Amino acid sequence: MEALFLLIPLSVAAVLALVVVLWWAVAAGQFDDFEGPVNQVLMDDDTPQPPQQSPQCTKDV
Amino acid sequence: MNTHVMTATELEENAAGRCFHCDLPLRAASRFDVFVDGAQRAMCCAGCAAVAQTIVAAGLADYYRHRSAPGNRPEDRMPQWMRDLESFDIEAVRERFVQRGEAGTCRAELLLEGVNCPACVWLVEQRLKRLPGVSEVSVNYTAQRVRIAWADAQVRLSSILRTVADVGLRAHPFDAAHRTALRLKDRRRRLFELALAALGMTQVMMYAVPVYLSEAGDIAPEFEKLMRWASLFLTLPVVLVCARTFFSGAWRDLSHWRVGMDVPIALATASAFGASTWATVAGGGEVYFDSLTMFVFLLLGARYIEAESRARAVAAIERLSHPLPATAACVPGYPDSRETRMVASAALVPGDTVLVGSGGAIPADGTILEGAGEVNEALLSGEARAVAKGAGDAVVGGTLNAGSPLYVRIHRVGADTVLAHIARLADRALGEKPRFAQVADRIAGGFSLAVLILAAITALAWLPAGGDGWFSNAIAVLMVTCPCALALATPAALAAATSNLSSIGLLATRSHVMETFARVTDVVFDKTGTLTQSEMRVARIAPLGSLGTDAILSMAAELELGSGHPVARALAAEARDTPGVYAIGAARLTHRAGEGIEGEIDGQRLRIGTRAFVGALVGTPLPARAAPQRSQVLLGRSGEWLARIDLDEALRPDAREALDGLRAAGARIHVLSGDAPAAVYSIARELGISEAASVQSRSTPRFKLEYVESLQRKGYVVAMVGDGINDAPVLAKAALSIAMSGGTDLARANSDMVLLSGRLKALAEGLVVARKTRRVIAQNIAWAIGYNAIAVPMAMMGWISPWAAALGMSASSLIVVGNAARLQRGGIRA
Repeated sequence: MEALFLLIPLSVAAVLALVVVLWWAVAAGQFDDFEGPVNQVLMDDDTPQPPQQSPQCTKDV
Repeated sequence: MNTHVMTATELEENAAGRCFHCDLPLRAASRFDVFVDGAQRAMCCAGCAAVAQTIVAAGLADYYRHRSAPGNRPEDRMPQWMRDLESFDIEAVRERFVQRGEAGTCRAELLLEGVNCPACVWLVEQRLKRLPGVSEVSVNYTAQRVRIAWADAQVRLSSILRTVADVGLRAHPFDAAHRTALRLKDRRRRLFELALAALGMTQVMMYAVPVYLSEAGDIAPEFEKLMRWASLFLTLPVVLVCARTFFSGAWRDLSHWRVGMDVPIALATASAFGASTWATVAGGGEVYFDSLTMFVFLLLGARYIEAESRARAVAAIERLSHPLPATAACVPGYPDSRETRMVASAALVPGDTVLVGSGGAIPADGTILEGAGEVNEALLSGEARAVAKGAGDAVVGGTLNAGSPLYVRIHRVGADTVLAHIARLADRALGEKPRFAQVADRIAGGFSLAVLILAAITALAWLPAGGDGWFSNAIAVLMVTCPCALALATPAALAAATSNLSSIGLLATRSHVMETFARVTDVVFDKTGTLTQSEMRVARIAPLGSLGTDAILSMAAELELGSGHPVARALAAEARDTPGVYAIGAARLTHRAGEGIEGEIDGQRLRIGTRAFVGALVGTPLPARAAPQRSQVLLGRSGEWLARIDLDEALRPDAREALDGLRAAGARIHVLSGDAPAAVYSIARELGISEAASVQSRSTPRFKLEYVESLQRKGYVVAMVGDGINDAPVLAKAALSIAMSGGTDLARANSDMVLLSGRLKALAEGLVVARKTRRVIAQNIAWAIGYNAIAVPMAMMGWISPWAAALGMSASSLIVVGNAARLQRGGIRA
């Protein structure tokens, strides 16, 4: 049972570590666009692209 | 605010007459004092005073004791945003966003940062209205924008912005890029807070569950104490970071002597945390860490959903005010020289010719001179598919050229363009506050006050019972009440529905639209230009002479080439669609307005147009079988009548479907037309309208007006659909007016709604959306009344513990906000 004296503070430390990771992820923009990356995987970039850019890509806010 | 007029003794302390903050000499004209370190200190400007106040308020007054040198320049100590405020008085900066009106009035649109609830908006409105010189304030909660008009002589823009800052919000000049950045920042903050609260909640729950599940005394006191400390440690960031938005909201309300939605929430959070911390430190008593973290998490969840749906609504509306390209490739020498020169789009004038590259946006309204391709008009219609356009077709500024490069002659620029009109109309709707929202706002204010009083009564009533009961029951009352259906969900529902409508090409220009549309029982259509396209089509070509129909069509189309008349467009379309019709060169074309066109093909003179005009060339009377009718043109050459070409109006392709949809939604359909009965009835038959009384032919504008009035006398709510120009009086009479707009005549359409896409089906879809919106708002309010009527008395009786109250309240807000979010695009299938 005495192990709890170690384990409970450890669990708190683990949560704090998670918070740091989370903060980094949010600040780094990992959650800014939920739709774009999903489609990017499906985009076929094997075919040669025409030299000009596609008209305009409006990002969903 | 602790600025005040200095007394004589205080002035002596400032004998040097220098600013306490930045050490610049004081000017007699402007003086601001702040209470720092036990005395009033004089400051040279509002900027320094504000910074000093901020420093003191943040508990950093020691800065003044320990600093080794005064601020070098006052600007350096000012937060960036406050320095910006000063710069707004500089003319060059203002030019970008301030519009000057007559008699020294200025108008500007500002973007508000930090708006959490409709109450903030109300507050800003009230404060700004009280400023001398401010003549007009209109705040839009959905778009978080404030439009303001002021007299430049009486008040400076920087003091307006500072007034907003006093309320705890920040105002920036409206600028799309800035706004996107702000929105991203706001979204990241909300997301982080939500996730942090979730982590805190789950982990605190882990420590709470063993205590709940065990019998009293099963857990050794030292372990219980350990778990309490761990919970306290994890709740701390939740309260400090995540619940900050409730505290600042409550503080904002209280410091202006109001009670808002956040006040009970903040009070419950703070007192539950305080009591639990005390119980942990001192030992004994109840802890509420689990209830508290859950409460914060679920509330943030509801607000996150609300903020997201609002952001989506704004994005849909902003799509309409899509910025024009900054530069355009002007072709000054067209058509002799194709040399292009880049100019600012704003510098274009009507008559200029521009080259729009493939994939580029068209810089202003104009007509295609050369080139054929596809133009994406999703901006107007919400239709992603590009529309084929060729020489002579009109294009709208802001739409995208999806095909090959086009040479476009500009007709309208700046404030005259279709895009500018759309933006103005959409703004007008956003600037007005819907009645739904007004009522909800008023009730929500009283509601929060009532909750505080009930909580106090509960505490007092339970005090004689002894123990912790009085506290936990009062907390439960604060936590269990849920004003979200009013304060959060109603604006969210309206915003989601408005964005939904604009995404199907139905633009609301008035705020009452959603409410009125939902009540509509009768839809009255004007036939011409509404059920039918304003374009004519060739119904029949009757040869009168020696030539066949193909040859007639080639000649007619060739003669009419280059004329903008509807007849010419109909002939051109017919010639394009008919195989075997080839281009033949016509020469010496002369147009006679109202009569027709004369030209030469293969050396022979031809005329197309009215009977009299063509007859003058032919020289023989028209054969009897070609008896004149309404829309028709004649073609002839010297000595021979060649053909009679009958034209009629084409029914819109989706008219039948749209009317079926409206009928399915329970609306009665009426058709009014000035045309002859035969034409009107044939169209009515085609549309499946069986009731003869609902179809009126040969109606004069006066009759149309009386017809609508007679329906309204019967208590029906009438929506009138017209082209917006010829039916203006009837449109004005109807409860809801909807103008069909081909884009170009938007300026003159003064209706409640504009059907930008020309898709009639959008009407049926819109009616469904509007009805659903009304239903959702009613459901939410019914839910809020029912829930609170049951939960509050139960909490007062002590039957609800704080954790159950937190769960109940948060679940209730999630339900109403989630219910409102259903109205978003994709959430409704018409």
